[in-house]
Amino acid sequence: MQQLDGKIPGGPLAEKWDRHRMEMKLVNPANRRRFNVIVVGTGLAGASVSASLAEMGYNVKTFCIQDSPRRAHSIAAQGGINAAKNYANDGDSIRRFFYDTIKGGDFRAREANVYRLGQVSNNVIDQCAAQGVPFAREYGGLLANRSFGGVQVSRTFYARGQTGQQLLLGAYGALSRQIAGGQVQMFPRYEMQDLVVVNDQARGIIARNLITGDLEPYAADAVVLATGGYCNVFYLSTNAISSNASAIFRAYKKGAYLANPSFVQIHPTGIPHYSDHQTKLTLMSESLRNDARVWVPKNSGDKRPANDIPENERDYYLEEKYPSFGNLVPRDVASRNAKQQCDAGKGVGPTGRAVYMDFSEAIKRDGREVIARKYGNLFDMYKNIINQDPYETPMMIYPSAHFTMGGLWVDYNLMSTIPGLFVLGEANFSDHGANRLGANSLMQALADGYFIAPYTIAGYLAEVELPDVSSDHDAFKVSLKTADALIKRLLSINGERTVDSFHKELGRIMEDHVGVTRNETGLNEAIEKVRGLREKFWQNLKVPGDDRSYGLNLQKAGRLVDFLELGELMAIDALDRKESCGGHLREESQSEEGEAIRDDDNFCHVSAWEYKGDGMQPELYKEPLVFENVELTQRSYK
Amino acid sequence: MSEIEYINLTLKVWRQAGPQERGRFETIPAAEVDPNMSFLEMLDALNEKLILEDKEPIEFDNDCREGICGTCGAMVNGIPHGHGRGMTICQLHMRAFNDGDTIVVEPFRARAFKMVKDLIVDRSALDKIIQAGGYISVNTGGTQDANAIPIAQETVEEAMDAAACIGCGACVASCPSASAMLFVSAKVSQFALLPQGKPEANHRVLAMLKEMDNCGFGNCTNHRMCESACPKEVSITHIARFNREFLKAALFNKSLL
Repeated sequence: MQQLDGKIPGGPLAEKWDRHRMEMKLVNPANRRRFNVIVVGTGLAGASVSASLAEMGYNVKTFCIQDSPRRAHSIAAQGGINAAKNYANDGDSIRRFFYDTIKGGDFRAREANVYRLGQVSNNVIDQCAAQGVPFAREYGGLLANRSFGGVQVSRTFYARGQTGQQLLLGAYGALSRQIAGGQVQMFPRYEMQDLVVVNDQARGIIARNLITGDLEPYAADAVVLATGGYCNVFYLSTNAISSNASAIFRAYKKGAYLANPSFVQIHPTGIPHYSDHQTKLTLMSESLRNDARVWVPKNSGDKRPANDIPENERDYYLEEKYPSFGNLVPRDVASRNAKQQCDAGKGVGPTGRAVYMDFSEAIKRDGREVIARKYGNLFDMYKNIINQDPYETPMMIYPSAHFTMGGLWVDYNLMSTIPGLFVLGEANFSDHGANRLGANSLMQALADGYFIAPYTIAGYLAEVELPDVSSDHDAFKVSLKTADALIKRLLSINGERTVDSFHKELGRIMEDHVGVTRNETGLNEAIEKVRGLREKFWQNLKVPGDDRSYGLNLQKAGRLVDFLELGELMAIDALDRKESCGGHLREESQSEEGEAIRDDDNFCHVSAWEYKGDGMQPELYKEPLVFENVELTQRSYK
Repeated sequence: MSEIEYINLTLKVWRQAGPQERGRFETIPAAEVDPNMSFLEMLDALNEKLILEDKEPIEFDNDCREGICGTCGAMVNGIPHGHGRGMTICQLHMRAFNDGDTIVVEPFRARAFKMVKDLIVDRSALDKIIQAGGYISVNTGGTQDANAIPIAQETVEEAMDAAACIGCGACVASCPSASAMLFVSAKVSQFALLPQGKPEANHRVLAMLKEMDNCGFGNCTNHRMCESACPKEVSITHIARFNREFLKAALFNKSLL
């Protein structure tokens, strides 16, 4: 087994980033215009890094699949963004931010990266405020903070329930300014098809113009992937329809290692499935759990309407099992228990895959008005989707795939195992370890894009030897051919099943076996099933139309090709990690009471997988995680 | 949500293979529609059926399916995003329709929105307007502490009302003169309210208006259709603020004109 080097700078934790910035080489302002950088993705990470690099004087080409860079999925984040400002004067600090994030990630993230995240978090808030992001304010005009799950301080900045939207529009504004100035060339409705590697350096991409269908080569001196997470491998998730894994997965096939692919966060309070036609899971804010009691009928198969089930026949399973935390147990514990209840046949709703979240007691205690003021918009949203009034009948909720902590492996410089390929935001394996704290993802994406990658990319460009490579280099021709062949192959099958029907089937396999609870038998079964499904896909897929005009089905088919392989890799990674940790419970690794047991002796590492060819077992590399500044503890919520 | 009562509908959908092709309405029956579906899920189900019948699916833009990304949008019975107040078409559910209804679905139409395919139009003109000045010109780094400039709570709330715009283009599609005034004014208003936006206020309002004209949008004719079509219920008071900003810039800063 080979080990991976995260290239963490020496010295005390608090000084590493400063020291590293001093040690990195710089590019002279006059020379920056000689360098070209490609950025794929325009969410918080992609938009902010594009703008920042362009401001410094680099030539940037930025690509996104949406019709406008403003529509990337960061826009849907609701809750807020964490920073260590300590404006609330409640004992917060960079050190506490660091500790909370490391602990929340169940000790599976790099100390140095997480500390740096805390350090730059304050700059990010300053930057956003200066851009005119309308953060919520106190009466005196200063910024308001609220508390969020998993921490005991108030460090979350927010703009109503639309924090992601406002932060993204800030970054999109900065990006727009650079587009207007000609420093960024923007390519909307383009999808990356392949990464081009020349002399072991990332030197460009092949992108498909989604309107004309043309495959176009673009060369650069460095490539940045900021393409988000891969929750859509579950088909139903809180991600947008176009969110996909193809950019990172095709980079993986070109030699970038994929780290901890099985680390997925399943959010406990999604609006449940109602039928097979459903395409999307909508999140209900976690804050609802503050005033709700979660329950299922005591008897499995009890199909009576919620209000007809008498008190003594209700099972308030969270309160019973976790008397001190009750309904406020962390995300993973809440999700796991909801799934267990449904697996035991006690699930409610039309599909039996839901549990009740009941507000009747809070409404009786505080009055309808108070509850409406707190959660009115959420109740309306729920009513619009489910057509039931949560003031009258309990809400139904079910765990929803929400965020992927796994992603391309990167070192301290956010550079992958392919020199010149940088990976930012949710697309990298990130600072969240095995579980992400609420409101930390927006911070990570912006920290990477505004304040980390612009320095480290410059450091790379200043130091490395970059021979002239243009887009008519042979490597581009080979990639163009491969990309074209894949599209032609998808169109030529002409079978009898649609892309979505295969995707739904993949989603069910993943949810059943690679979700909140996992075991060896199930994971082996998942690997077999995904392989079988892949075979059926290549025999029986039907894609309408041709590749010469806009066609969503062809796009989706290309993305599903990668999901079908990523799904297997996720199961392989989950199988290898025989411990429970962070967002998932490995059934073989639990206490007698059914609580997760982390195994630091054997799994205190990042698992990074190298692609070895189609149908070959990928090779595992380990990056040991060293904790010098915190003590490893087991979580307990009893 | 006990027994599902399916409804049967007839869709008259705009079909157009490309910008240069001729478009037409096609009548397609949508049988056994689950009223719990969203409008887009109804179209998905219909597309699945069309594909298996070797027909071309209806192309439509969509992404987040929770009303925030601004990607989706179509005219439903002549109303942008359909008749649900304060919601996008992805949030409109089929229970809002009755068994036997005929529903007319067509793209957002405006001179500035070029046709792409079926229900998809090119709204990049809205990006161009933002590029003309819909931002505060600060580079990364070097900004002061976020609390250095206090802003009154009610001011920031009003700015947030404007900033809620999702850039979907429903305001343009609803306007008799296909003006983007609600869109432009929302951005101008947000930054006119905030102290951070003041230094560039004059330049911003003039540059964005000029770009709106260049892109082929019409001018505001005070019909207020935009306000009722807006899925985020952005108010036309922002247009009033835009007009004040415009007058201020045009009268006292002639050098910018």
